[in-house]
Amino acid sequence: MSLANEESKQATQDLINEVLEAYPEKSRKRRAKHIGIQTAEAKDCDVKSNVKSIPGVMTIRGCAYAGSKGVVWGPIKDMIHISHGPVGCGYYSWSGRRNYYIGVTGVDSWGTMHFTSDFQEKDIVFGGDKKLGKVIDEINELFPLVNGISIQSECPIGLIGDDIEAVARNKSAEIGKPIVPVRCEGFRGVSQSLGHHIANDTIRDWIFDKTEPKADFEGTPYDVTIIGDYNIGGDAWSSRILLEEIGLRVIAQWSGDGTLAELENTPKAKVNLIHCYRSMNYIARHMEEKFNIPWMEYNFFGPSQIAESLRKIAALFDDKIQANAEAVIAKYQPLVDGVIAKYKPRLEGKKVMLYVGGLRPRHVVDAYHDLGMEVTGTGYEFAHNDDYQRTTHYTKEGTLIYDDVTAYEFEKFVEKLDPDLVASGIKEKYVFQKMGKPFRQMHSWDYSGPYHGYDGFAIFARDMDMAINNPVWNLTKAPWA
Amino acid sequence: MPQNPEKVIDHMELFRQPEYKDVFARKQAEFEYGHPKEEVSRVAEWTKSEEYKAKNFSREALTINPTKACQPLGAVFAAQGFEGTMPFVHGSQGCVAYYRSHLTRHFKEPNSAVSSSMTEDAAVFGGLNNMIDGLANTYSLYQPKMIAVLTTCMAEVIGDDLQGFIVNAKNKDSIPQDFPAPHAHTPAFVGSHVTGYDNMMKGVLSYFWDAEGSPAREANDSINVIGGFDGYAVGNNRELKRIFGLFGIDATILSDVSDVFDTPTDGQFRLYDGGTTLEQTKAAKNAKATISMQEYCTPQTLSYIKDKDQAVAKFNYPMGVGATDEFLLKLVELTGKPVPAELTLERGRLVDAIADSHTHIHGKRFAVYGDPDFCLGMTKFLMEMGAEPVHVLSTSGSKKWDKQVQKLLDSSPFGKSGASYGGKDLWHLRSLLFTDPVDYIIGNSYGKYLERDTKIPLIRLTYPIFDRHHHHRYPTWGYQGGLNVLVRILDKILDDYDQKTNIAGETDYSFDLIR
Repeated sequence: MSLANEESKQATQDLINEVLEAYPEKSRKRRAKHIGIQTAEAKDCDVKSNVKSIPGVMTIRGCAYAGSKGVVWGPIKDMIHISHGPVGCGYYSWSGRRNYYIGVTGVDSWGTMHFTSDFQEKDIVFGGDKKLGKVIDEINELFPLVNGISIQSECPIGLIGDDIEAVARNKSAEIGKPIVPVRCEGFRGVSQSLGHHIANDTIRDWIFDKTEPKADFEGTPYDVTIIGDYNIGGDAWSSRILLEEIGLRVIAQWSGDGTLAELENTPKAKVNLIHCYRSMNYIARHMEEKFNIPWMEYNFFGPSQIAESLRKIAALFDDKIQANAEAVIAKYQPLVDGVIAKYKPRLEGKKVMLYVGGLRPRHVVDAYHDLGMEVTGTGYEFAHNDDYQRTTHYTKEGTLIYDDVTAYEFEKFVEKLDPDLVASGIKEKYVFQKMGKPFRQMHSWDYSGPYHGYDGFAIFARDMDMAINNPVWNLTKAPWA
Repeated sequence: MPQNPEKVIDHMELFRQPEYKDVFARKQAEFEYGHPKEEVSRVAEWTKSEEYKAKNFSREALTINPTKACQPLGAVFAAQGFEGTMPFVHGSQGCVAYYRSHLTRHFKEPNSAVSSSMTEDAAVFGGLNNMIDGLANTYSLYQPKMIAVLTTCMAEVIGDDLQGFIVNAKNKDSIPQDFPAPHAHTPAFVGSHVTGYDNMMKGVLSYFWDAEGSPAREANDSINVIGGFDGYAVGNNRELKRIFGLFGIDATILSDVSDVFDTPTDGQFRLYDGGTTLEQTKAAKNAKATISMQEYCTPQTLSYIKDKDQAVAKFNYPMGVGATDEFLLKLVELTGKPVPAELTLERGRLVDAIADSHTHIHGKRFAVYGDPDFCLGMTKFLMEMGAEPVHVLSTSGSKKWDKQVQKLLDSSPFGKSGASYGGKDLWHLRSLLFTDPVDYIIGNSYGKYLERDTKIPLIRLTYPIFDRHHHHRYPTWGYQGGLNVLVRILDKILDDYDQKTNIAGETDYSFDLIR
């Protein structure tokens, strides 16, 4: 190792120590375990993850309800998802994530609506099961084309001991449609991550175990699924088009633009292709065990990873698909070349600090590399140890790694490391823009997108350029200041 | 290949290209197992019928697209208007992520609040330890001048004793004994965000005003103003301050977020900026009177203040000429100062603007929805301009509110076709808009779904506005605010005329240059 490297690592370690100084001792010790520097030896970025946030800080994390309703179940478009409990959780998660879908909202699709049992004090005192039954009846009457219902329980439901499973069973028998009770109360677990797991388990128990694939569904040897793509800004569509182009049939999308029938038919797939590993590895593993369906994590951010993933996917199939994959990669090469020729000169050498959830803290790293940019810091909101293991492949030695970073730490890290771009969420956006830092929101693509696939890469490149090179960043200092 | 490096297209155009249309058609035909097109159209038509409306209005348990959030959002908002204050939300942490996102999306500003991050163990054993550690962390990390503590539904269901916990935390040295830490119980299953605002405001005032050893009230000539939960607070509070300046009134806005949610981009992030100072908050006890700009945001607070022998007065989101007149007359009554000439001029200018434009507004039918006070203020202004409020709807509206709206509608011939819908939601409003259509809808961003379904143009004039930028910087109160509201309404009406007449060779005989 070079002396310069050692020096820069020491400087980063000094920065970490300095930032941690602000905490009381107990919290400093706890937070220290979550911040590290990527080393060649470490298999897991050397940080601790998936433990409780310390109280009294601005953690960027959400809750189990957000993981289940906001991420996994909410985007299933032909079902109605009841936010069961007080009005707020459903209100705040109403239409916030841009899970695009095609359908007639309020008639055969409900993705941008907010359904709630709107708990009042008496529901807390006497229990809400009776009300829930009535809510389901009213949904079935007002929305006759609904294909299924899920019950997303909020904090009080678990605390007062309501039996939502019994309500689901009884009402499902009555109305003849699947009803899925999801115990995703916000106090469960340490972040939205447990909500993903709980939601996956309910798909297993209440869809796979209780419903059948469609009888007239005819399989082919080329049937695959897209798992863990929420179709933010249309991501799953710009991924799907590539899989179709190499000759595969995408029989189900989970869960962006997804339907109940697609969930039911998934066990007929030959391979499950998983994009957001964190949110849906559970159900992929289950299908592997129970139905013997292999799964593969892929990455459709940026041309290097897209090509690598297309080849890896094709390798699971025959020569024809493999040849198609090469043809598709070749077909898009001029687009890739054009995008890189246009944007790389404007972005080369720019430094990025990331902080996002799910897969993005690692998956987008190579998309930045494709544009000649460097990721100098990254971290996850709600990763587990295996996510960090998967991250070492993408990150360079010396990268600052921060798990469940607090608003305080993130602000100080950015201040000192001075990247050219910060890529994180809406809560972080204006903090850094005030500091004069270009910013892209990487949960909802700042209302742009898609960012997946080749079509998405062009948009990704355009957006990074517009963020970094907008002239507004030259105006932050008054000429007389 | 639809994408092109020379002119990169994003989702708005990308997915309209034939390649993607094919993808969508295949997915739908082979994998979705949806309902036949005719059936979807039939049901879609049915949802517009009187029969559907009757069913929709007879639901008792289900709420769909409500115009309300939960208590803690309002409490966080109220707390943030005080200098150097960090809201500390005792309960599970996801809630805070939601409040911060929601407020950030509207104001396009950073939004700070912390959580005590309670999980399963706290649900069983109570959240005392979370409070003790949490307050210590907040205090040393974010160095606030005040920590305003409030609850989520989780802490309320398990019955955590907030006041006791704070005392306990102080005894454990989490924060100094004399450090201001007011609190409010804000269960999400009672009331809405406007209730939460009230609870937190009362919590802060009583903390300072009833503090042990705090000096007895010595009445002076100053006036307190409480804005209430207001998405236009940045513009409105500044406008109020300008009006008080013109009057020469010594006024304190209690919870003034105007600078908190409008910090400059100059290379520095300010965790705290602006807000009502703690000194001002203490001194507000001595004011001659407290004025609430939104009655439904402050019932408990006003009742508390009244008990302190202060005069109180309440308004319903005063917009327009008459409502501003009433507000100014109240200031005259309370202070003995005359209305400044400048404001009289502004009044005349607003009247002038309405007179110039009334032909486009007179007789137009409107639906108005939002928080209870906003609906009252908007309805009053509409009738003043000759418009007809037809549906006035608020999910947080009570029976008392229904009566108040009806009384307001009855006060003008322009209100004769109007009705109020307290406790109803935007899915009810959808039915009303089909069976008894209006010309324009006034509400927030969530109304864009109503606009799409009914083709009735939406005018965004209340919280939250996520899909348009910077509206909150412009006041809606006072005569100047009235002018802004008038222009917003007119712009939509005149754009609507153009939309309806811009087909060349077909409708463009009415595509007038001069309107």
